[in-house]
Amino acid sequence: MSNIAQKQEKIAVSGDEAAAYAMKVIEPDVVAAYPITPQTEIVMNFSQFVADGEVTTEMIPVESEHSAMSACVGSAASGARTMTATSANGLALMWEVLYIASSTRLPIVMPVVNRALSAPINIHCDHSDSMGARDAGWIQMYCENAQEVYEKLILAIRIGELEDVRLPVMVCQDGFITSHAVEALEPFAKEDVQKFIGSYSVPYSLLDVDNPVTFGPLDLQDYYFEHKRQQSEAMSRAYQQIPEIVKEFKNTFGSEYDFLELYRMEDAETAVIALGSTAGTAKNTIDGLREQGRKVGLVKMNFVRPFPAEELRSALSPLKAVGILDRAESFSNQGGPLFSEIRAAMYSSGQRPPIADYIYGLGGRDMTPGLIEEVFRDLDKVAKTGKVEQSVHYIGVR
Amino acid sequence: MNNLGWKEIPIGGVIAEPGTAKKYQTGGWRTYKPEVDFDKCTDCLQCWMFCPDSSIMVKDKKMDGIDYEHCKGCGICAEVCPVNCIEMVKE
Repeated sequence: MSNIAQKQEKIAVSGDEAAAYAMKVIEPDVVAAYPITPQTEIVMNFSQFVADGEVTTEMIPVESEHSAMSACVGSAASGARTMTATSANGLALMWEVLYIASSTRLPIVMPVVNRALSAPINIHCDHSDSMGARDAGWIQMYCENAQEVYEKLILAIRIGELEDVRLPVMVCQDGFITSHAVEALEPFAKEDVQKFIGSYSVPYSLLDVDNPVTFGPLDLQDYYFEHKRQQSEAMSRAYQQIPEIVKEFKNTFGSEYDFLELYRMEDAETAVIALGSTAGTAKNTIDGLREQGRKVGLVKMNFVRPFPAEELRSALSPLKAVGILDRAESFSNQGGPLFSEIRAAMYSSGQRPPIADYIYGLGGRDMTPGLIEEVFRDLDKVAKTGKVEQSVHYIGVR
Repeated sequence: MNNLGWKEIPIGGVIAEPGTAKKYQTGGWRTYKPEVDFDKCTDCLQCWMFCPDSSIMVKDKKMDGIDYEHCKGCGICAEVCPVNCIEMVKE
């Protein structure tokens, strides 16, 4: 433990400020961003660091998120370490460029502050924005609290820039719940962070005039498929190499971010799966239920892309019933996005526990311990009969 | 061109060297082919100025024929030629 980098003095910050502080110690070459609630404080605080000369980052204030991501693509292709940040409708406006960033294999790192998509207009948390982007070829991490936001952004730089990976990364936190609640943050020393992330190097640069290259050419029936195959391979290599980087992160900074965090799962009979801040509420609820002698646990997903199918199979197979907490609806009549993917992953497991979906918290509706207890009560029934009478539940809705 | 496999090409669709468009032969797109009557040609090179695809070959400042590997048969050269020395002939 003695090698672990010393954390600095604790400071009280919001999740957004934690992201801005992480960007300060990462000190990317370029940040191109457009403010949107509830991400605004990230860009606001970071641009203050730039204005005060605390970082040498070139800040590009653009006129829309489409332009923000486009500027990031140009910047990353030139060989600059590049970051941006967004939320909800801003992410939706970036849509086509998200695919261009990942397909052009540019490791842009972007904090996403999860917020419901319009309409009707809502500025509060759900995961409809980033869940919609889950097939855009980006790595996706989800954070439970401000400390995780700070640490996972640093981790994201290393993972995205791996030579065999070179993919962009979204680091998601829950809008307002995490982004605006003030918590204690233990930041790292900038030199430790810089040592961990190393320098950014690219195989080809748009600015290398001695070796001119073309980015984003026309790619028809003859090569497009090969480039997509390369992208699948990159995501698969991310899956293979993340454990090594996570271990190195743990050895350097002390925290461990495996694909899954298993909370009180050793002898659990039923469990819920959650992302983000709800994992914290679930841990608290589970502690209470454990005191009553209930064998309940939580599987928190740190990564949704690459999708940790094997880890989920081994965590869920021994259970008697599993409840997926989905903070997004996919309007498929088959439950939310997490449910569809996790249930599909379990299909190839020899042991398949019954799985039900619990869609919750849309548009920032509170997820209370009471609601999570309700989920566990329902899972008890499922565990008893071994049958899922109702696959998809909407909890906390009137 | 021999098409390479996904393990053999640069990632991200990058074309790692300049001037490769020359290797991509697009003359096969043509339905009408420009034919030059050199007896009438005055080497004014209007065709060279207007050709959208650098398919007019020039040697010693003189019109030297058409690059049929890249000419797509758009007919602009025939249209702009002031002495009507280029004729579009069906392939």
